[in-house]
Formats: sequence, structure tokens, C-alpha cells
Amino acid sequence: MEKTIGYAGPALANRAYPHGMRHTAEMIADLSGRAYEYRAQVLRMVYERKSGHIGGAFSIAEVLTALYFHHLRIDPDDPHWPDRDRLVFSKGHACAMLYTVLAHRGFFPVEELRTFRSLDSRLQGHPEPAKTPGVEVAAGPLGHGVAIGAGMALGARLARSRRRVYVILGDGELNAGVIWEGLLVAGKFGLSNLTVIVDYNGVQQTGATSSVMPTEPIAEKWAAFNWHVLEIHGHNMAEILDALDLADELHGRPTVIVTRTTKGKGVSFMENAPQWHGGIPNDDEFHLALKELREGARQWQV
Amino acid sequence: MAGLIQTPFGDSVVMRKAYGEALVELGRAKPDVVVLSADVSNSDFSYMFESTYPERFFNVGIAEPALVDTAVGLANSGFVPIANTFAFLFATRALEMVRTHLCYGRVNVKLAGAYAGVSDSFDGPTHHSITDLAILRSLPNMTIVVPADPFAVARLLPQVAAWDGPVYFRLCRNEVPQIFADDYAPEIGKGITLLDGSDATIIACGVMVSRSIEAARILAAEGISARVVEMHTVKPLDDALVEACARETGAIVTAEEHSIIGGLGGAAAECVVRTRPVPVERVGVADTFAESGPYADLLQKYGMSAESIVGAVHRVLARKSALA
Repeated sequence: MEKTIGYAGPALANRAYPHGMRHTAEMIADLSGRAYEYRAQVLRMVYERKSGHIGGAFSIAEVLTALYFHHLRIDPDDPHWPDRDRLVFSKGHACAMLYTVLAHRGFFPVEELRTFRSLDSRLQGHPEPAKTPGVEVAAGPLGHGVAIGAGMALGARLARSRRRVYVILGDGELNAGVIWEGLLVAGKFGLSNLTVIVDYNGVQQTGATSSVMPTEPIAEKWAAFNWHVLEIHGHNMAEILDALDLADELHGRPTVIVTRTTKGKGVSFMENAPQWHGGIPNDDEFHLALKELREGARQWQV
Repeated sequence: MAGLIQTPFGDSVVMRKAYGEALVELGRAKPDVVVLSADVSNSDFSYMFESTYPERFFNVGIAEPALVDTAVGLANSGFVPIANTFAFLFATRALEMVRTHLCYGRVNVKLAGAYAGVSDSFDGPTHHSITDLAILRSLPNMTIVVPADPFAVARLLPQVAAWDGPVYFRLCRNEVPQIFADDYAPEIGKGITLLDGSDATIIACGVMVSRSIEAARILAAEGISARVVEMHTVKPLDDALVEACARETGAIVTAEEHSIIGGLGGAAAECVVRTRPVPVERVGVADTFAESGPYADLLQKYGMSAESIVGAVHRVLARKSALA
């Protein structure tokens, strides 16, 4: 077994599609393929460190890729640009995917991904803004995203800035009371510059969300809190890109995009299996998973 | 240094009103200050800011975790948020938000903890806040400031707002005597010697500062020379001053409107043990919850009177003599 598995390197640190450009078939195929490459990257990181969370990282791959490589107005060379769009990654345990996307977008060297969760690394087990360029807020204890995003959206409004705020939640964290406090706050102030994306993969640490703590009907709940609600297939890049655009155009209320996703997406034996929330692949599982993810990436090559 | 205090003390003033006035003045001086409330603005007097600068005031409802998290988002956006609710709620219900974002994430949010100590006296132990200093002091990157009178509120609040990082500003609800004279110029992180003395040092914060001065005067009549130090910043503690007091007077008494576990007394004792071990006595609430009642009566019954401080000085001097 080779000691170092190898990383995609700068070749994959490729182009971002400018904010506002038309969604072409080529762009959709490219971003979809990259989401699989990023899953392979996350697999390597967790496998090498024998620590981390794969399932929830795989389910958010397409959404993060769409945001960082097209939709967000950000500047990797100036991570603290005051008028940048804000991305609050509330489901902090899935940060291996956030780090992978940030690195490939140019916020820090791709080679640094191999230091994930190791001593002296800038890539902590859960996100820390002071250490990692591009990370906006600490996360890990679940449920903070909506209220923090509401504060950011109030800040943008007060500053008369057109910057927008995006928040990524897991579905498990909808169990937390502060989530619903945040919904009330954003609803009260009619924060139309706020878009929340729920990675509704249906699985949390010990089982299906439907049995651990039922949250359905989730769309009706958000609507009742005076939000616009969109529901899409969360691994369909075209739907994601269109929903993000649409959410930017909706006025008077904040918008939630409920993305229906698959936990562990892209690896057959990891999909929908609670044990892959924090499970670590053995050698055989690693190689099998890598093979499936490469096939997943290949299907998008034109 | 005697010029720093009024003799006798000035008329009593309601501290929360002084806070409201200081907040309005801060808002006038600093356009980037925003104020958040968990629907107690007519209790803590932050309503005065709301009346003057409504566009910079946000009431998030009775939701303390969201209060802190919303403030985190505003700080990330370049504003200086001052979050307001009852002190015990910051230290208990919203604590995880404070720890994760303000302290670990180093977000520049200021917490104004109203009704601290037993100052919400009639509402009882559910509303008293006698463990907040201990809880918040244990968090890395937290700064804790406790003003002792209305003038100190006005002098310290702008420094709290300008401080780089999270600050917990601990406020009393009630009428308190005006202690300080015009020359009083506190600086976050530096204790102030208000009365010199050579036999023992009383280190106090908040409403216990005036009581410590009274205690020193009672002791002076007995021929005991007690130094009084105002430690408005509980964290970071002025270690150099505590060490000097331990070395020069050989005995320390702490006085705070808080449990004797983990607050100013705990901080001073840790410092003394590390730098210059001498006897230490702590004045405050014993390890217990208090009860409903008039504020002055609670301070008396739960061990925070001037007489309690005098008694603690007697005890610490006996221990000092036994060591000599």
C-alpha cells in the first residue's frame, strides 16, 4: 500500500464560472464531475487521518461546488473583502468537503488538505475562522447557521450592500431549538438577502432523521415561518444553479432551498447508511469507494 | 489616589439608567455600534438607544441563543454589536454560543449583562447571577469588565466597544452610590488603588467597591491600615498589581457580588498562589442560591456587607500573624 495516496493537485484547481453567466451544458457537466473529484479528495483525507465525516460531506458536494465555482461573489486573494458574499457552513462536521472546495478555489494550497485534523494544521476538525482562509464562522455544535446568517443579512442591509448571505444546514441540525429562533428572526426582518440551503439527506448520526426526530413536513414548516420555500434534487447541478438564481430574485422574505440529497452519495455501500456518518474506511473499502467515485466523475466527461 | 473617590460618596444613581445614557452617547460617537436585545430593553434601559437610533437596534425576541448568534453575524459584517439581556442568561442559556463563536471563533461581540449579582433582588434566585464571572472567566479570549458606579459605566463602555475581541460588561440593576471623582480614569486590564494601606489589601469589583471603602474606614478607626484596590477588569487580571499588593501588605481580601467560587476571589487567589503566596479571604455569596428580598437586605444576609469585609480582614490578619 502506498503511504501517501496522492492529491489531485493544482490541475483540478481550475476555473470558476463567473457569477451571473449563463448555465451551459458544458459548465454543468464540468461542475458535476468536479463534485465527484472532491468526494475522492475527502475520501483520501478521512482515510489517511482515520478521522472525519464522509457521509454528510458527500451529500453537500454539488451544492458547495455550485456556490464556490459560480454563484458566490468572493475573492480568494482577498478573503476578508468586506462586500464578499457570506457562506455560513453550519453543518461543521462535514468540513472536509468545505476545505476541499476552498483549496481548489484558491483560498489555500491544495497540498495543505493532507494536514486535515493533524497537529499544527490550519484545517481543524471543525471549522475555525481564525485559522482557515475562507471560513466565515466556527461550526460544529449544530444549529447556529440561521441566526448567524440573519445577523449577516441585517449587516448587509444596514451597510446598504448588495452582498448576499448563504447558509448550509444539515437536516439533523434542524432538531436544535436555536434553528427555529433563527427562522423567527429572519422572518421578522424579512431578510430577502438570505438564502438557507438544507442538505436534507435523511440520515443523522444514529439513524434515519424520520425515526430519530421527524422533521417532515419540512417545506410547510418553513413556509409557516414566513419564508419562501424551494425544493430541488440536491445532486442535480442544473437544478441547484437555477434555484440559487431564483432565490436571489425572491423579495420580501428569506428563502430556503430544501435540497433532497443522499448521505454518502457516490459510493454504493455508503449511501443512506448511518454508519458512514463518521465511519472510517478500511483499505478495501477505500479502494472500492475510490473506484466508484472515479466512475462517477467519468460519467460527466464529454 | 484619594482624589479618585468622592468623600462622602455622591447621591445614589440607578446604574441601568447610567448604562442607557452611556449607550446613547456611544451610538452618537460610533456609527458602527449596533444594539441587540432579547426583549428586555425596558429593563436594562437599552430602550434609550432604540429610541435614539431605531435603525441600529434589533429586538430578536425572548431567544438568547439567537441574540448572541445574530450578533455574531453583525460582527462578521463589520459592526460592533452590543448584545443585551440578563447576565445569567449569557452565562447559562446562551453560553455555547458565547464559547463557540465569541471565544473560540474570536468574534468581536460585546455582552452587556444586566441585573448581575443579586441586583434583580425580588425576582429571586432564578434571576440572580452569581456564577457568571466564574463561568465566563474560564473561557479563553474572554475579557470581563465590572463597573463600580455610574461614572465608571460611562468611562468604561467606550473602551469595551473599542476593545479587540469579546467583552462581558457586568451591570447592576439598582441605585448605587457615586464613588468616583472626575480624575477617575480606568483602563481595561489595569486595577486602581483607591486607598493606600499597609496591613492588608481589599480587592473589589462592582458594588462591593463602595462597601470596601467603607470597610477600610471602619478598620482605620481600629488602627488597621487597609489598602483598597478596584479591580474593574476581572479578566485579564492585573497580575502585577495583585502580586505587589500581596508582597507589600502580606494579606488579601477579595470582595465581589458573586459566588466565592471562581470569580474575582478565585482569580486573585490563583494569582497569589502563583506569584506571592499569602493568606487570602474571599467575600461573596457562599456556595448557595440566595432568595427574594430587598437588595440591601440580600447583600447583608448573604455576606456582602461592609461588616463582612471587616470580618474577613480580621481573619486574614490573624492568619498573617500566625505565619509571622
